Amino acid sequence: MVTFPGSLDDRDAQRAVRLAGGEPVALWHGDADLRGVDAVVLPGGFSYGDYLRCGAIARFAPVMQTVIELAGHGLPVLGICNGFQILCESHLLPGALTRNAHLHFRNRDQRLRIENTSTAWTNAYQPADEIVVPVKNGEGCFVAAPDVLDRLEGEGRVVVRYADGNPNGSVRDIAGICNERGNVVGLMPHPEHAVETLTGPSTDGLGFFASVLTAAVS
Amino acid sequence: MIDTVERARDTPDHQQPYSELGLKSEEYHRIRDILGRRPTSSELAMYSVMWSEHCSYKSSKVHLRQFGDLPRSEVLLVGIGENAGVVDIGDGYAVTFKIESHNHPSYVEPYQGAATGVGGIVRDILTMGARPIAVMDPLRFGPADAPDTQRVLPGVVAGIGGYGNCLGLPNIGGEVVFDDSYLGNPLVNALCVGVMRHEDIRLAKASGPGNQVILFGARTGGDGIGGVSVLASETFAADGPAKRPSVQVGDPFTEKVLIECCLEIFAADLVVGIQDLGGAGLSCATTELSSAGSGGMHVVLDRVPLRDETLAPEEILMSESQERMCAVVTPSDVDRFMQICARWEVTATVIGEVNESGRLTIDWHGERIVDVPPRTVAHGGPVYERPLARPLDLDDLTAGDPGRLPRPSTSEDLQALLLRMAASPNLCDKTWVTEQYDRYVQGNTVLAQPEDAGVLRIDEQTGLGVAVATDGNGRFTRLEPYAGAQLALAEAYRNVATTGARPLAVTNCLNFGSPEDPAVMWQFAEAVRGLADGCRVLGLPVTGGNVSFYNQTGDTAINPTPIIGVLGVMTDVARRTPMAFGTAPDEVLLVLGETRDEFGGSEWAWSEHHHLGGRPPAVDLGRERALAEILVTAAEQGLLSAAHDLSDGGLAQALVECCLRGDVGAEVRLTGDPFVNLFSESAGRVLVALPAQRRARFTELCEAHAVPVAELGTVRPEHATLTVAGQFGVPLGELRAACTGTLPALFGSPGR
Repeated sequence: MVTFPGSLDDRDAQRAVRLAGGEPVALWHGDADLRGVDAVVLPGGFSYGDYLRCGAIARFAPVMQTVIELAGHGLPVLGICNGFQILCESHLLPGALTRNAHLHFRNRDQRLRIENTSTAWTNAYQPADEIVVPVKNGEGCFVAAPDVLDRLEGEGRVVVRYADGNPNGSVRDIAGICNERGNVVGLMPHPEHAVETLTGPSTDGLGFFASVLTAAVS
Repeated sequence: MIDTVERARDTPDHQQPYSELGLKSEEYHRIRDILGRRPTSSELAMYSVMWSEHCSYKSSKVHLRQFGDLPRSEVLLVGIGENAGVVDIGDGYAVTFKIESHNHPSYVEPYQGAATGVGGIVRDILTMGARPIAVMDPLRFGPADAPDTQRVLPGVVAGIGGYGNCLGLPNIGGEVVFDDSYLGNPLVNALCVGVMRHEDIRLAKASGPGNQVILFGARTGGDGIGGVSVLASETFAADGPAKRPSVQVGDPFTEKVLIECCLEIFAADLVVGIQDLGGAGLSCATTELSSAGSGGMHVVLDRVPLRDETLAPEEILMSESQERMCAVVTPSDVDRFMQICARWEVTATVIGEVNESGRLTIDWHGERIVDVPPRTVAHGGPVYERPLARPLDLDDLTAGDPGRLPRPSTSEDLQALLLRMAASPNLCDKTWVTEQYDRYVQGNTVLAQPEDAGVLRIDEQTGLGVAVATDGNGRFTRLEPYAGAQLALAEAYRNVATTGARPLAVTNCLNFGSPEDPAVMWQFAEAVRGLADGCRVLGLPVTGGNVSFYNQTGDTAINPTPIIGVLGVMTDVARRTPMAFGTAPDEVLLVLGETRDEFGGSEWAWSEHHHLGGRPPAVDLGRERALAEILVTAAEQGLLSAAHDLSDGGLAQALVECCLRGDVGAEVRLTGDPFVNLFSESAGRVLVALPAQRRARFTELCEAHAVPVAELGTVRPEHATLTVAGQFGVPLGELRAACTGTLPALFGSPGR
């Protein structure tokens, strides 16, 4: 679990890992050592205040150089919200996240459809599963060139799609995507906030963290 | 030329701009008496900001003493006078909470005004040694369709969201109220809650001669200079100049980093005392720290890191640049302190040293520019016994009995009224506002708006948690300030109890017009007296608060608006009572308390007839206590599946909200006048839902506490309709459309 200056949902993602049965390890943006972890989560927040493009500064953090290198060797990496933005800025994932079409920050309980269950982070779900997890962002509108989008769709790399309403204007209702190998996944909604009935709209988000434990064991 | 102490002695007749700085002539002469000479320009700057109404409470002090006179509460660990009060919630945990206003800045520059309002209150909480864990925002605006509200509201909401979301603080509640009286004087109050272990409480004092004074956080700039004196303590002139340069600009990223940096410093136990820089900036921090500690301090002002190298010393002392803190550290801990700051890339500079001289001395490039007894600046300001006079129009207002207003006479009229009321700006669904706030971050939000109170988990193992609610009703307080303040207290208290939490402590933000107007001062005195008496009956301490005067344009003051925050504790948040119907099988509905024909100051009189008159609903705090006891006990015993307090808009509105929240229908049967039953705003009432099998146990509990309980009806999950038997039935879809359409229609639909 990487903490950048301005990361906000880092402790929450650690809780989610713990509840799924994993052992969270805190990583620091300024330290290139990943301490032998089996998977990396880039949490939500506003790294460096996101005063430049979201994630544009965080991608240059020492820790990201190792993350980029090991992701190329198959290390599972999940980017949530700001983490997704960092993955796009790092070119581990294609496309970009832009200002929400309606120009407001929006926080709501969002229905999502799981489109790809073969990634390191979604293998615990069934195809076409619908889940409800919170979405909360100001710059979550996914965009990419038409040929990139067609390729993502053709290769089954749209991992999650907004169902029952698109909260930010993302093209083709795309909520999350993965790289070719399926070990790097980025999504705008927050599965780590749907891990307990007491504090979330559901426990549907646990599947992301359970998936990676299975992927790590195999 | 630098105005040094020496020069001040040599030029006693030098004319000084004290009135431009907001000081009255007699106040200026008092400063001369204290110093035995004229003040230097830097000293004058410091006195002017610290003796402003905002910082010195000079008009309110004589009244606020009543809060300090309340019986000593055993839960109060730190009381009034520190940055925020601290309450013991058990298991070694302490919670601190406080509300502050940022009304004037938010009118001048809505986004930055509201944003820095959040930033300021969060630093107050942090200063106590606590991790901030949530914010809430009670807001008041002019009429929803007024052009200026179109300017102010979107900016305020975006500013609160922009700052709070970036700090990673869930926004768990608050209010949005529209009323003509706030046109030109919106109220933007911000509450923050923080948690710490008992041993981690930190205080604002500079003790230990030789200890180092470290300024850390953002660099000092020219923003917010004189904010407190020029802005907060003066009435807006209708045709006055724009005051934008006095509004601070916020940088939430810097504050977020500052929070984490401070918490790491606290954990390493590296500070003797700490103070945030808010209103009055360095003037406030240096004088308050030194007067609370060893009594003296020497500061080298040219060491202060600047964003703008052209700033004069007076400006540096008055600047309200955000995201700054001042700590007192023993010499042996300075290196470790600096290392933590470096890790978080936070600028930190030793600017001075504590001593026992009894003086605060400040040098600027080797010359002495300040030499004052710090206590006279921080606490020696003037105290006024302002004249009080009951408002001349109050008799007319009280005589304007709402009983004479036309009431709906047919079922069709009642149904139409219910829909109109549910769609009115004050009662409608506030999602347009609240979805711009992050309510999930930190992962401990158990209940958030539109629930009766925000509920936070404190301890993941035991489930220990807190509930917080804020309430205030300017119309009730306008009609009868004593009762209005008590009604606000009663409602916040009831809201906390409704979720199942035991109320523990009170904070307040008292928003009023000009204290120089005897009618306003009378309203203030009555409201404070009402609040103090109310807290005595409820057995709650006041832990601190804030007074915001001068909320008026020209001669027209706002409706007096005391906003009351109540904090309660819950031993296991899993036992909280939410408001949604339909979460348990076979639910019956009961109403606790008595419904009377009470419409003075009601939402019905205002939104239907634009009428404000008569008397507000009667307050019975003994009854509120009994009601709270029932609600808390019932939650602990798991008797209730839902509960919702009856307040604005009465029973009708509560039913609408509970049905829509759970997306289930209900059928109710009314005895007596259906209009009074549905729309009266009698206090001390709560609507509850519970499985039929638990009804007998619950009714016994109510009888044991002598609170009347009446059968109302049942939840009907199979019927998506709210039915009032013998009167009408409204499909939920129609209700939802009425409730949710209003704000998007007024402020722009953000699309799906």
